[in-house]
Amino acid sequence: MSTLTDPPKASFRLSMLVYDTRYRSLTIQVVALIAFMLAAAWLINNTLQNLAELGKPIDFGFFAEPASYDINQRLVEYTSRDTHLRAAFVGLLNTLLVAVLGCALATVVGVLVGVLRLSGNWLVARIMTVYVEMFRNVPVLLWIVFFMAVLIESLPSPRDFRGESPEASMLLFDSVAVTNRGIYIPEPLFSRSLGDLSLGVFDVSLDLVAILAVLGAGLWGTARISRRAGRIQEATGVRPVTWYLRLAVVVLPVLAVLIVLGFHLGLPELTGFNFQGGIYMRNSLIALWLALSFYTAAFIAEIVRAGILAISKGQTEAAAALGLRSGRIMSLVILPQALRVIIPPLISQYLNLTKNSSLAIAVGYMDITGTLGGITMNQTGRELECVLLLMGVYLCISLIISVMMNWYNTRVKLVER
Amino acid sequence: MKNTVFPGVLVVAGLAAGVAGATTLEDVQARGKLNCGINTGLVGFAAPDANGEWSGFDVAYCRALAAAVLGDPTAIEFVSLTGKTRFTALASGEIDALSRNTTWTYSRDVDLKFTFVGVNYYDGQGFIVPKALGVNSAKELDGATVCIQTGTTTELNLADFFRANNIGYEPVPIETNAEAQQQYLAGACDTYTTDASGLAATRATFEDPSAHTILPEIISKEPLGPLVRHGDDQWADIARWTLNALIAAEEFGVTSANVDEMASAPTDNPEVNRLLGTEGNLGEMIGLPADWAVKAIKAGGNYGEIFERTIGESTPVGLARGLNAQWAEGGLMYAPPFR
Repeated sequence: MSTLTDPPKASFRLSMLVYDTRYRSLTIQVVALIAFMLAAAWLINNTLQNLAELGKPIDFGFFAEPASYDINQRLVEYTSRDTHLRAAFVGLLNTLLVAVLGCALATVVGVLVGVLRLSGNWLVARIMTVYVEMFRNVPVLLWIVFFMAVLIESLPSPRDFRGESPEASMLLFDSVAVTNRGIYIPEPLFSRSLGDLSLGVFDVSLDLVAILAVLGAGLWGTARISRRAGRIQEATGVRPVTWYLRLAVVVLPVLAVLIVLGFHLGLPELTGFNFQGGIYMRNSLIALWLALSFYTAAFIAEIVRAGILAISKGQTEAAAALGLRSGRIMSLVILPQALRVIIPPLISQYLNLTKNSSLAIAVGYMDITGTLGGITMNQTGRELECVLLLMGVYLCISLIISVMMNWYNTRVKLVER
Repeated sequence: MKNTVFPGVLVVAGLAAGVAGATTLEDVQARGKLNCGINTGLVGFAAPDANGEWSGFDVAYCRALAAAVLGDPTAIEFVSLTGKTRFTALASGEIDALSRNTTWTYSRDVDLKFTFVGVNYYDGQGFIVPKALGVNSAKELDGATVCIQTGTTTELNLADFFRANNIGYEPVPIETNAEAQQQYLAGACDTYTTDASGLAATRATFEDPSAHTILPEIISKEPLGPLVRHGDDQWADIARWTLNALIAAEEFGVTSANVDEMASAPTDNPEVNRLLGTEGNLGEMIGLPADWAVKAIKAGGNYGEIFERTIGESTPVGLARGLNAQWAEGGLMYAPPFR
C-alpha cells in the first residue's frame, strides 16, 4: 500500500512570473498593458507640450464666440451672429439628415437590386450585376463629385426659366422646378397654424406634432383592427375584410386635421435671382444623398443576395408545396429567415454611409465636417479641439446606430428552443 | 512603482522634445531645400507653366527667399495648399513659409501664432458677375447665390457685408478656385466673390473674359502677404527683409538685369551698397552671406519686375499697380531703410 503525500508547497518566487505557466500569461499581459499606457502617455504628453510651446493650450472657449459665417442649409434657426457651437449643431443636423435619407434610400435600392439580381429574368439579373460592380468598385468620393458635376452641367440654371419663351419650364403644373442649383418642391403651409413650440435649442412645429399624433393614433387603431380580425379568424376560420376600415382609420383623421389647420401648398416662384418659396433641396444635398445611397446600395444588394441564398432551396419548395404563392414565399418564409443573416453586415453598411457623409465638403454640403471641422476650425485655428470633438460626434452617432440596429437584430434573430 | 516610473518617463520625453528643435534657418540649410506653401492654382499668383514649373507672383517670393537663404532659387519644395489646409501646414512645420495670397488679420497674427512679414499685395474683396445678369452694384445682389472659397476671410466679410446691407444671399461653399470657376460658369451661382486680384486672375482664364464684369464695390481690406510661424524671430527677419529687399530694389532701380553690375563695385548710393552687400555687414547680422539680397533680386527681379511679369497690365490677369505702386508714386509699397 502506497502512501500519497501532498506535493511540497512551493513558496512564491519572483522567477515564477516568467517560468511558471500559471503566472506567465498574466505577466505578459501586465507588461503589454504598461507598455501601451506608456506609449499613450508619451503621445498625449508630447502633444500637450508641443501645443503649450506653440502657445495654444487646449481650450474650448471659442465655442461661445460668434461664428460670423453663414450656412446655406439650416434645419434650425441660425444667423452669422450665432455661436460656433450653434454652427456645429446646424452641421450635425445636416449630417444626420443626409445619413437618414441615405440609409433609407440605400436600403430600398439595395434590397430591390439584391432580389432582382437573383431574378430568373436574365437581362434584369445582368443589369443588376453591372450596377453592383460599377458602383462598389469606384471610390465614393468620385461618385459624389460625378453626381454633382452632372447636376450642375446638365440642368438649366434659374435664369433659363425667365423671359417670354424660356429655355426651361417647371414640371408638374408649375409646382416643381429642377435647376442646376437644386430642386424646388412645394412646401406644406398651414393658414391656421398652431405655431411653434420652443425647446430652447430649436423650435418644433406644433402642426407637425398634431399630424404625427393623429397618424400614430390611426396606426394604433389599425393594429387593433387587425388583431381583432386575427381573433375572428382563429375562432371561425374566416378572416373578415378590413382593409377599407384600416385605411379609413389612418387617412380620415389626418385629412380632418389637415383641413382644420388650413393645409395648402406653397409653390416655388422665380423672383429675383432664384426661386423663392417651396422646399429647396440643394444640389449638394441631392448629389451627396444619391451618391452615398447608390454606392452603399451596391453593398447592401450583395448582403441581401447572400442572405437569400443562405436559405436552403428546400424551404422554398416546402412553402410552394403548401400552396403559397411566390410573393408570399419571399415575404413569409425566405426574408424573415434571411434577415438574421442580413442585419449584422447591414449595420456596418449604415455606419459606413454615415461616416462617408463626411466627404460632403467635396460638393460644399455643410455637414458637421464642413462647419465644425471646416470653417470653425479654420477661422479659430483650434485644430486639435475641433478634430477631437468631431471624432467624438461621429463615434456617438455610430454607437447610437449600432445600438438601435443590434436591438432590431435581437428581435428578428431566430429564437432557438 | 508605476507612480514613480511615469513622471520620470514623461520628463525624459519632454526634455527630448525640447532639445530636438533647431532654428528654421539651420533646418532649411541642412535640408538644402525651402518648403514653401503656395496656392493650388491661381493664374498669375501660383500656377504651373507649360514646363510644369510653378510660377507666379506668390511663387516669385518663394524663389527669392530660397535664393537668399540657399543661393539657389530652384531649391524649393512647393506645397500646394487650399484655404483650409494652409495654416495647419505652417503651424505643424510642414512648410517653412507660406506665400499663398493670405490676408493679414489680427487673429491670424495673434491667436493662430503666425508672423506676417509684410504685405506684397494690397487687395480687397470683390464680386464678379456675368454682364448678362444686368447687375451694376453688389447691393443689388439680394437673394443671389454666391460662390465662396471656404476657410477664407472672404467668407466672413461676405456674411458681414450682406448683414450690414440687410439683404439676403445663398452661400455656396467651395474648396478651390477651380471648382468655384466651374460652378460660376455653369450658372450654379450668380456671382463669385474673392479678392479682386483673384477675380481678375480667374477671369483671365475664361473663354470670353469680356462677358464678365467685376462689380465696383470692394467690401473689405485684404492685405495679402507671406507669413511664418511665431517663435523664430531670426527666420521671420529673413523672410521680412527678403520681401523688403525686393521692394527697395525697385525703389532704387536695381533690377535683375543690372544687379550683377551694381553689386560688382560700390555705387554712389550707400543704401544700395548696404543692400547689395558691397558696404557694411547687413548679411552677417541676419546670418546670411553678404550677397543674399543680390541673389534674391536675381531670382526673379525686383518687386516691380515680378508684378509686371506675373499679374501686371501686360499679362492676361491685367492688374494695374494702384495701391501697390511705390510710395513715391502714390502707392503703399514702402520698404523700411536698409541701415
